[in-house]
Amino acid sequence: MAIWLTKDSKVIVQGMTGSEGSKHTRRMLAAGTTVVGGVNPRKAGTTVDFDGTELPVFASVADAMKETGADVTVIFVPPQFTKGAVVEAIDAGIPLAVVITEGVPVHDTAAFWAYNVAKGEQTRIIGPNCPGIASPGASNAGIIPADITGTGRIGLVSKSGTLTYQMMYELRDIGFSTCVGIGGDPIIGTTHIDALAAFEADPETDAIVMIGEIGGDAEERAAEFIKENVTKPVVGYIAGFTAPPGKTMGHAGAIISGSAGTADAKKAALEAVGVKVGKTPTETAKLMREIMSAG
Amino acid sequence: MDLYEYQGRDLFERHGLPVLAGGVATTPEEARAIAERLGGRVVVKAQVKVGGRGKAGGVKLAEGAEETVARATDILGMDIKGHTVHKVMITVTADVAEEYYFSYLLDRANRTFLCIASVAGGMDIEQVAAETPEKVVKAPIDAVKGVDEAKAREIVDAAGFPAEVADQVVEAAVGLWQAFVAEDATLVEVNPLAKTKDGKLLLLDAKISLDENAGFRHPDHEALVDQATVDPLEQAAKEKDLNYVKLDGEVGIIGNGAGLVMSTLDVVAYAGERHGNVKPANFLDIGGGASAAVMANGLEIVLSDPAVRSVFVNVFGGITACDAVANGIVQALDLLKQRGEEVSKPLVVRLDGNNAEAGRAILDGANNPLIERVDTMDGAAERAAELAAAGV
Repeated sequence: MAIWLTKDSKVIVQGMTGSEGSKHTRRMLAAGTTVVGGVNPRKAGTTVDFDGTELPVFASVADAMKETGADVTVIFVPPQFTKGAVVEAIDAGIPLAVVITEGVPVHDTAAFWAYNVAKGEQTRIIGPNCPGIASPGASNAGIIPADITGTGRIGLVSKSGTLTYQMMYELRDIGFSTCVGIGGDPIIGTTHIDALAAFEADPETDAIVMIGEIGGDAEERAAEFIKENVTKPVVGYIAGFTAPPGKTMGHAGAIISGSAGTADAKKAALEAVGVKVGKTPTETAKLMREIMSAG
Repeated sequence: MDLYEYQGRDLFERHGLPVLAGGVATTPEEARAIAERLGGRVVVKAQVKVGGRGKAGGVKLAEGAEETVARATDILGMDIKGHTVHKVMITVTADVAEEYYFSYLLDRANRTFLCIASVAGGMDIEQVAAETPEKVVKAPIDAVKGVDEAKAREIVDAAGFPAEVADQVVEAAVGLWQAFVAEDATLVEVNPLAKTKDGKLLLLDAKISLDENAGFRHPDHEALVDQATVDPLEQAAKEKDLNYVKLDGEVGIIGNGAGLVMSTLDVVAYAGERHGNVKPANFLDIGGGASAAVMANGLEIVLSDPAVRSVFVNVFGGITACDAVANGIVQALDLLKQRGEEVSKPLVVRLDGNNAEAGRAILDGANNPLIERVDTMDGAAERAAELAAAGV
């Protein structure tokens, strides 16, 4: 059953007719995802052919949901239109919105998040600036490569896309229930804690890998959460031990402000609650391997 | 992007907030013109993005144009904690009776914005919060509703601002919020927010950070970047749309994805502990589509750093195919040769993921003695550090 995204998920793509959107719609279809359509008000009523699969284009998320029963939207629209696209998804009440777009102004993210909260959080938002969510063998919503690993019983939550892929690759022989890339922006819809809670409750997940990076205190708060709420083994990895303070390292949220947000503090917080933290991605994978083989 | 104090003052002034009249000078002559315009007593302040200016002698009072020129001459060129002073801000002076604190900032943990206000201003707010937490009000701000007069009054009452300035603080709080939103700021901090002896409210200092992701809404923000303090390599990289941060080590780093590149820096630093303490020379994320041109641009930037002695190219092919990356590397070296740049530093390459086998075969087939292929990330980091240490 995995978390949030299953073989029964019906996916629409906001921005399906754009270059990134169409490229990844094709890839999602190839990965076995049930993509049921796209949204573009200017092209509503037309269809797009993806290697023999004709997908309808709808005027709005609400229309697409009504016609197809979609319950997941993946958003590829450019940053200047992202807030509008997410608000539309929230208004339609879609259960899951995966926001891939990088470079969204943080005021826009804060605004759509506040809007979502005001509407009672009917929509789970993943991202922005994330690779999406993949439940290997079942469904893939976003840009995570589908062929790295098969299904298994490890859950993965990560701020980083390529580190997600690296970890999936390292543990490809064991496999994953669900891999969630939550994104590297300062404000994100789904947090480490949300994913940890879902993996804890998921009968198909036995252990969890949590990947963090410098900036903010999400990892520290995740550590507190693990202490009180997570019984499954968790292995951690933090990137950015050697990053200098005050410099943004690629991700908008990856910045050490003064003495806050350092990798050392995050590692210490996780280790204090019994989470083993690897020094490198490979060492982290080894720690997980030991847990799974002791199973 | 963090602004200088004078840029913050200008920004507040543009948004109709009460600030001291003033200007910014890069030469003593410019300082003279400002002093003549302002008249009377002025304060000359070094413009550096570091605390402790006053103690370092970077803030001086001056009476009239001649003294202003003398003080500006003293301060311009001064070194304050490693920051050279290129500009001074000159403002009229204020008779300050009381100092308060007011800020809006991003609250990552609560996925919203936060207002921090205190009647105990003029000092480090974190210290005030630690010693006298009852004097600091922290109010979450709903990103949709924002700060209207009622919300501002709620904050002002909670913080206990004196009655004679309360209305002015309410007005400033609303205006400051509007500026915060209009400019896509992630921080506006006013410390001190001051009451003058004649009862007027003034925003006396400004610490402002702007969201670079919102640049498309603010073409004017580009002009706020201080070119004098931008690292030339970072500037060159930016012009080529590369995400590069200059560091102070010897191993050049190229990778795809911010997290993987950060991780690569760490792994290289650990390896360096065993090899002459070499460190990563830079952060460079070439992103998803690593074409030959992008790889060439990246390599060119990294190799033009004279401190670099070896380069580690660490790619996990997700969407990017490793054969394309490998072709990119081989072609990049040819391209650089065509551009007349002699590449003599060794490249250690690790490719995994999408089409990794084909990529490795291309590198092996290229028979370029500068390219060394290593199968694992940790192993490649070790080798790159070893080569950098040997290349002293």
